[in-house]
Formats: sequence, structure tokens, C-alpha cells
Amino acid sequence: MKNSRRRFLKIAGLSFLGLAGSRMLPSSSAEAATAPAEERPVYRNGERAFNARHWGMVINTRAFDNAEIFAAVISACHKYHNVPDIASKQEVKWIWKAGYHETFTDQLDNYPAKSVVERHYPLLCNHCVNPACVRVCPTQATFRRSDGIVAMDYHRCIGCRYCMAGCPFGARSFNFRDPRPFVADVNSAFPTRMRGVVEKCTFCSELLAVGEMPLCVKASNGTIAFGDLSDPNSKVRKLLAENFTLRRKPTLGTEPSVYYII
Amino acid sequence: MIEKVLKGPISFYAWLAVLGGVISLGAMVYLLQLFLGLRITDLSRDVSWGFYIAQFTYLVGVAASAVMLVLPAYFHHYKQFKKMIILGEFMAIAAVVMCMLFIVVDMGQPQRVLNVILHPTPNSIMFWDMTVLTGYLLLNVVIGWVTLEAERHQVDPPKWIKFFIYLSVFWAFSIHTVTAFLYAGIPGRHYWLTAIMAARFLASAFCSGPAILLLLAFLLKRITGFEPGKDAVRTLSKIIAYAMGINVFFYALEVFTAFYSQIPGHMHPMVALFSGHDGHSLWVNAWMWTAAVLALVSLLLMALPSTRDNEQLLPFTLAILVLATWIDKGLGMLIGGFTPNTFEQITVYSPSIAELTIGLGIYAIGALILSLLWKIALDVKREAGTF
Repeated sequence: MKNSRRRFLKIAGLSFLGLAGSRMLPSSSAEAATAPAEERPVYRNGERAFNARHWGMVINTRAFDNAEIFAAVISACHKYHNVPDIASKQEVKWIWKAGYHETFTDQLDNYPAKSVVERHYPLLCNHCVNPACVRVCPTQATFRRSDGIVAMDYHRCIGCRYCMAGCPFGARSFNFRDPRPFVADVNSAFPTRMRGVVEKCTFCSELLAVGEMPLCVKASNGTIAFGDLSDPNSKVRKLLAENFTLRRKPTLGTEPSVYYII
Repeated sequence: MIEKVLKGPISFYAWLAVLGGVISLGAMVYLLQLFLGLRITDLSRDVSWGFYIAQFTYLVGVAASAVMLVLPAYFHHYKQFKKMIILGEFMAIAAVVMCMLFIVVDMGQPQRVLNVILHPTPNSIMFWDMTVLTGYLLLNVVIGWVTLEAERHQVDPPKWIKFFIYLSVFWAFSIHTVTAFLYAGIPGRHYWLTAIMAARFLASAFCSGPAILLLLAFLLKRITGFEPGKDAVRTLSKIIAYAMGINVFFYALEVFTAFYSQIPGHMHPMVALFSGHDGHSLWVNAWMWTAAVLALVSLLLMALPSTRDNEQLLPFTLAILVLATWIDKGLGMLIGGFTPNTFEQITVYSPSIAELTIGLGIYAIGALILSLLWKIALDVKREAGTF
């Protein structure tokens, strides 16, 4: 009994060593080395891609404020990105319309200019330079790309919603239910999401990759400018130099990349 | 030792059956949530955490509170606690398991939970919380089991366990500190953005946890005749009194900073919690006032030696203390963090029936674990003559 167990262990150990050793034999490693380097997958930007070091957005709220433009921008974004139309407090939204005090909660001016306080403002993810959502995410399902875009991996997200607590701008939505029945016309060019994950505006990173501007920019009739904030000659930087702008909650130090011309 | 759960009075198994029933009910509702999503909760885009995360937070405190027995017993050689220590350690195990379950039921994609380990992210406090909670669970399992085994054989526990016991003292502080950091490091949630959060959490844990332990010990005495020891009860009551005093004091500090500085962001959550918003009261207002009154009454009754040592009154005092701390941490903490929301608007949240049922199921799982572990501990004590 004892003897046979010992023999069994011996044989098992030897065969394990044999298996492990064969993996390390020169023949198998030589095979890997001869594989052409080009075949290994590498991430490269497409030839048509728009590139920047820090994507940012400047919204001319003076010109933006009418119902048609809001409807055009919101539906362009939501239709393309398969954002479900759920009418409850468990709604999902990427870009939406809000009043002055909801938008700029720190502007507690008693006698604000009438035109400013009566205006509506488009809200979306600020793609912060120092994003709290990225800092708190336990799985790196949300992350900041080298071009400044704060992106989401819907397949890695565990739905803990820490990012929603972390985001001071209420930019994130959670799929409390399966969103697909609430998408009227599914756009097969962009993935739908499943229940239990968080989503938000992507700055249309998927379109920038093929050389197209974000949908809200295209639908905005020139009232939203989009460009490289790190480039002093970019259109966005020129607009910032010429106009008075506000960012939402700048004192929190998240450094939003979305500017509002007031 | 595990065989001890196989031999017991009918009433014990009837109790387990009742718990099993409650657990099944919770499990069925959880299955529903798994298939339908978190839509069956009252959580929303603006109030994205609620009852589940609040219970998790409260129970981390209960788990950490075992240290209030371990520390005096091992650092100050306070022998009177030695008899009860195993109850505290086993309660910590039940509490940590409940914490973990409350996290899992809050997740939108629980089947992906291992992503936290597959993609470890040290900058996320959630990662550290998972680490310290798992560590604390293991520590208590090992310490509880090894010391009980030694008690059973009527020998001193092995020397190496001392290291883990000392480690568990610091570890207990760490679990609740890290849990507080989940909240206290978030920009833009005024009610949570306070340096005193971890200290408040610990103070509230060190009064409510031992209070729950004492209440359960009194119940145990009625059922089994196990005598925790008069001195032990009196000392633990004193510890509860001090911790509750510090807890109330810390909350007063928050109130002072908010209302003396008059900074609107600091005042808004407290105003919302206690008196509503724009003239509309919220359902939580009555709860918060109840908590405030019960906290002060229980503090007074715990502070005065005559009422604290009154054995008839003590269970009542402890019960209202537990209720007060539970409302503060298990309701107000989370609602206050999300009210007003990031747009300075009010979105009302009140836990749905589904949330409460699932929560009840998890509490029943905790009670089941506690019943089994305490049964083992008491039977071992009976045999060893340390009952």
C-alpha cells in the first residue's frame, strides 16, 4: 500500500516534470521566436484618425440656447450610441439639458444676468484631467486615455457604481435594467449595453478614430467647438482666449475639459 | 469541533429552520434582482448607493468592534473578557460575511466580481476594502478556531497565534478606516468629505458593536444559561459609554463646522436630513430626529453609573443606542451623501420592499452563521468547564 503510493507519486512527479520540461525545450521556444514580429497585435491609430494630446470642448451657450438645437444634439448622440429612452429616475443619458443653477452649482450670485440664468446648458461628461471616477474604479473599467478622453470598458465594469458616487457632475448612468427594449432603432455600428453596467459620454472616441468629429459637435451648427486644448493655435484655445468661459465645479480640482462660453 | 452543530435541542434546529426560510425568501428576491437588474431597488441615477451599501458600512463597524474585547484582554491582560472573547470573534466572522454579501448584492454584474482581483487597482479604495475585509475574515477564523481548539483541550493556545491576535487589533481599526475612506475621499459629496469620517466610524462602531454583542449575550444567557460575567458586562458597558460619548461629540463637531462656517455645501446635507428641502420634509427627517433623541437618551443612561449598571434597564438602553447608531450610519450616512445630488437638487430615495427583503435574507445568513459558531463555542466551553 505504502509502496504503491510512493511509486504513484514518483511517476506523477516525473511525468509532471517531463511535461513542464518539454515546454521549455528549445524547439518550442525557437518556434515562437521565428514567428514574424509583424503578426503580433499592436495598437496603432488609424490613418484617418484625429489625434490630440488633450481633447477638449468649448460650448458657446449664447448661441446654443434653443429647443431645436438641444433636440438635434441630444438625439444625434443618443440615437447613434443606442442610449435607451427610459423615463424614470433610473434613466440613462449621455448629453442633456439643464438650468443654470443645476449646471453651475457654485455660482450662487444673487442677481445673475437674466439672459444667463434663463439660458439652458448642455451637460455631458467633462473628461476631466484628474477624474475622480477613474481614481475610484476598482477594476480600471473606466480609464483616461493618452488623448485625455475618459473611456469605459462595459465588459469589465462590475456595476459597483463607485464611479457614480465619485463623479461630482452626475455624468454617469447605470443600466438598472436591460436597456435594449428601450432602444427604438438599434445602430449596429455601436455596441448596445447590458443591464448592470455604467455608461457615459465617450467624446465619440470611436468616431475620432476614423477621422470624424463628435456627433454633438456636428449637430450643433457650429456652437460646439472641439479640439486639442494643449495646442495654443487650436480653435478651442482661440475661443478660450477671446471669451469668458466657466467650467463646472472647478474648485474640486478635477479639471474639466468642457468649457462654457457665457 | 464542527460536529457540535449536529447535536442540539429541537428548538435550536427549529430556529435554524426559521432562518433557512427567511434566507430562501431573500434568495428568491435576489434571483429576481439578478434577472431583472437593480430596477427593483429604489436606487436611481442620482442616489446610486442606498440600503445595501449602508448595511455593509454598518456591519463593518460591527465586525471591527470585536477589538473592544481583544484589546483589553491581550494588551491589558484584562482576564474577565477572556470568557466572552470567542463570542466577539465569531460575531466578527458573521458580520464580515454579511458585509461581503451586501457588496455582492449591490453589484450590477456580480459574476464579474473577480475582476477586482484580476485587475488589481491600488488607487481604488474599493480594492483595499476587499483586501482588508478578506484579511480580517481569515484572521478571525484562524484566531477563533485555534483558541477554541486550545480551550477544548484545556491547554494554552499556541504561541504563534499571539502574533495574529495582535495583528487583528490593528487590522480591526484598518477595516473601518478604509471603509470610511471609501466615502471621505470623494470630491463633491459634502456630507462625506470630512477628515473626521474614519474617527466617527470607529467611535460609532465601538459603541454599537459591543452593544449588539451584549444584547446577544443577554439573549444567550436566557436561552442557554451562559454567564458572560458581571465584571465583563460592566466593563464593556463602560467602553460603550465612552465610545458613544465620543460618537455624539464627533457628530457635534460636524454640526459646528457646517453651521458656524455657514458654507452652504456643508450645511445642505444636514438641513436636508433633519428638515427637508425648500419647505418639503423628507421621510428621513423623522428618522434622523429619532436617532438624535435616542442617541442623547442612551448616552445619558450609559453615562450615569446608576442607570448603566441597572441590569433591567441596560438591554433597553443598548437597544435604543443600536437603533440610533443604525439610523445615523445605516440610513442617514448614505442618503445625506446623495442629498442634495450633484445638481443641488433633491432626488428622494427610500429602500424598496425588494431591497429590504434581500437585506433581511442577508441578516438571516449572518444570524445562521452566528448561531452555528456560537453553538460550537458554547458546547466546547461546556465540555472544558469554562461555561
